[in-house]
Amino acid sequence: MIIQAENPVVEVHNLSVTYHNKPVLWEADFSIPAGNLVGILGPNGAGKTTLIKAIMNLVDPSSGYVKLFDRPLDEVRPRVSYVPQKESVDWDFPTNVLDVVLMGRFGKRGFFRSWTRKDKEIALACLEKVGMQDFQKRQISQLSGGQQQRVFLARSLAQEADLYFMDEPFAGIDAATEDSILKLLLEMRSMGKTLLIVHHDLQSAFEYFDWFVFLNTRLVASGPKAEVFNREILQETYGSKLTLLHTISNLLTKEGLPMRDETDLE
Amino acid sequence: MWNQVMEFWSFNDLNVRYVTLGVCLIGISTAIVGCFTFLKKKALVGDAIAHAALPGVCLGFMLFDSKNPIVLLGGAFVTGWISLLAIDLITAKTKIKSDTSIGLVLSIFFGIGILLLTAIQRSGNAAQSGLDKFLFGKAASILPEDVYILGSVGLVLICTILLFFKPLSMVAFDPGYAKSIGIPVGLLELILSTLTVLAVATGIQAVGVVLMAALLITPAIAARYWTDRLWLMVLLAALFGGFSGTMGAMVSYLAPAMPTGPWIVVVISIIAFLSILFAPRKGFVARRLKLVRHRNKVLHENILKAFYHLAEEDASFYQARTAQEIYNRRPMPQKMLAKGLQSLKRKDLLKNESGDYWRLTKQGKEIGQRIVRIHRLWELYLQRFLKMAPDHVHPDADAMEHIISPELEALLVDELGNPQRDPHDREIPYNN
Ligand SMILES: Nc1ncnc2c1ncn2[C@@H]1O[C@H](COP(=O)(O)OP(=O)(O)OP(=O)(O)O)[C@@H](O)[C@H]1O
Ligand SMILES: [Mg+2]
Repeated sequence: MIIQAENPVVEVHNLSVTYHNKPVLWEADFSIPAGNLVGILGPNGAGKTTLIKAIMNLVDPSSGYVKLFDRPLDEVRPRVSYVPQKESVDWDFPTNVLDVVLMGRFGKRGFFRSWTRKDKEIALACLEKVGMQDFQKRQISQLSGGQQQRVFLARSLAQEADLYFMDEPFAGIDAATEDSILKLLLEMRSMGKTLLIVHHDLQSAFEYFDWFVFLNTRLVASGPKAEVFNREILQETYGSKLTLLHTISNLLTKEGLPMRDETDLE
Repeated sequence: MWNQVMEFWSFNDLNVRYVTLGVCLIGISTAIVGCFTFLKKKALVGDAIAHAALPGVCLGFMLFDSKNPIVLLGGAFVTGWISLLAIDLITAKTKIKSDTSIGLVLSIFFGIGILLLTAIQRSGNAAQSGLDKFLFGKAASILPEDVYILGSVGLVLICTILLFFKPLSMVAFDPGYAKSIGIPVGLLELILSTLTVLAVATGIQAVGVVLMAALLITPAIAARYWTDRLWLMVLLAALFGGFSGTMGAMVSYLAPAMPTGPWIVVVISIIAFLSILFAPRKGFVARRLKLVRHRNKVLHENILKAFYHLAEEDASFYQARTAQEIYNRRPMPQKMLAKGLQSLKRKDLLKNESGDYWRLTKQGKEIGQRIVRIHRLWELYLQRFLKMAPDHVHPDADAMEHIISPELEALLVDELGNPQRDPHDREIPYNN
């Protein structure tokens, strides 16, 4: 089930990606309305990272195209920010926390000009938002996984963009920090920003997001929570992972959501 | 020998001055480029490019019948680049893994290079003498007019890196993100590859293709041990590279028959070796020392703790004790105990008035008390918050008591609400 948005900020048209002729994303076609917290969900290897990378032009799609704010990415880059999975870099690189966050200011500063005082202030403010202000001088190899994740988040915030793509920003983050970061994301949403977030925990996904994109190589569903977060679509997305579905079906029952599929999972 | 060394360093000989300056510049620029090659984990690629320069040098000579450095450098540059493209192509189009394709390209290009070299030597062309210097390098064979060219290429390398320092470091750290914020990652990678090939091409006359990769990568490895700041790492690498180049030039001057490459590599390897051993914090010795210091601290604190425990039993804190009493309270190797008592005395934490009688000083008592306090606080913490059974908390607390800092201690006290008794119902001693 794919519900298209009215005035979309993200439009993905028939997007396909293959690695060595193996399709990993198949004809994804959906759109996302502005000012939403969007969850991108799917099992491991479903192509979530690939989808984000294709949108950010980091992998070449074999077909299809993407429009952000009704324009190609290159024209709106300053308004778009990307948070990679923290495993994508080598954390033994000789640099410190503040310098990583300052990368986010590159778009505003350009190739040859050095950072201004304002850049540093913004970078510090962003570190504070993710609760990492005490770590600004810390060598990045001396951070825990969750702290690394927060540094990436701060770097993205420093871009002051309107549209964010975040690949598992909650991975390895403790519950208290997750709460405060969630508050931050909600605040950003209330400022009209749009956030697409890859997430793994269905229980919290249900609480956090207003719009869902379900992937499993192909696009299973895209739409507002009430329309697409149901047992049938979850089963289609996660296939045979029944244990997961048990918890979810319990959750759905508890929340009194529509159940399209009446066959008993037990 | 000594005279010759002095003669070299006086730089009276114009030739020496030129060659040394040239090789030093080559060392510096190669090391700077090499930092990025190293950080991008392309060390092996650097080695392949270096080996692939040999056929280029030979072809340049065969085509133009000249040993003009522009011809040879150009040849090395072209085949170096072709090898790079070949590696990328093989990795992208076949299922061969990248390390295998690097090895493949390296040996094929080097094989062809040796073949060409042999052919040239057989041809009896008188002008060819000296071409084999490209295998292991010979600084002394560099002519002053070559130095102008090699030196200017070196300067171009250094300036380019400095100019693009910021975006290059971002691309090296996180290419995906760099691309997402609009940095032309492809272009910068092209620039870096070109710089690498150029650095290798300028270096081979002094170092030789076989060992060139060492001059490219080893300074970066050594520098990485000393610092966590990128610019400092680049600066140190430049220093190491320049120094080993200069030393190579000296050896070449002292012993003209000797190839320079191995000497340069020996020098830079010694620097790397010393860095691995002696660099502060990351070096082997520093890490070792830290361990020894911690062990001593543990020993001292354990002894003071034993004093304090004894004092608790008979409620007299400044009572003199024998080593045997301490041993009975806290068994440990006799030698260590004796050593520990002596150094505690030196630190004024214990007094030793006569023979084997030791007593706590005020400071010593406070430390012993603090260790006992932390031990009991931690036991309580484990029991309350981790729900561990009282008879399981002791070993863990034995380790933690030496690690917890005063700030953490204050937090513990707070968290536990100023507790007075530990899980074994012993008093938690506070300092007042
Ligand atoms: N560079 C690559 N080359 C070849 N195959 C790849 C590459 N990157 C990803 N794949 C494959 O593409 C598929 C989708 O990968 P992707 O990383 O997009 O999944 P994901 O949904 O993000 O998974 P996860 O939840 O584990 O992060 C996987 O089967 C993976 O093996
Ligand atoms: Mg992923």
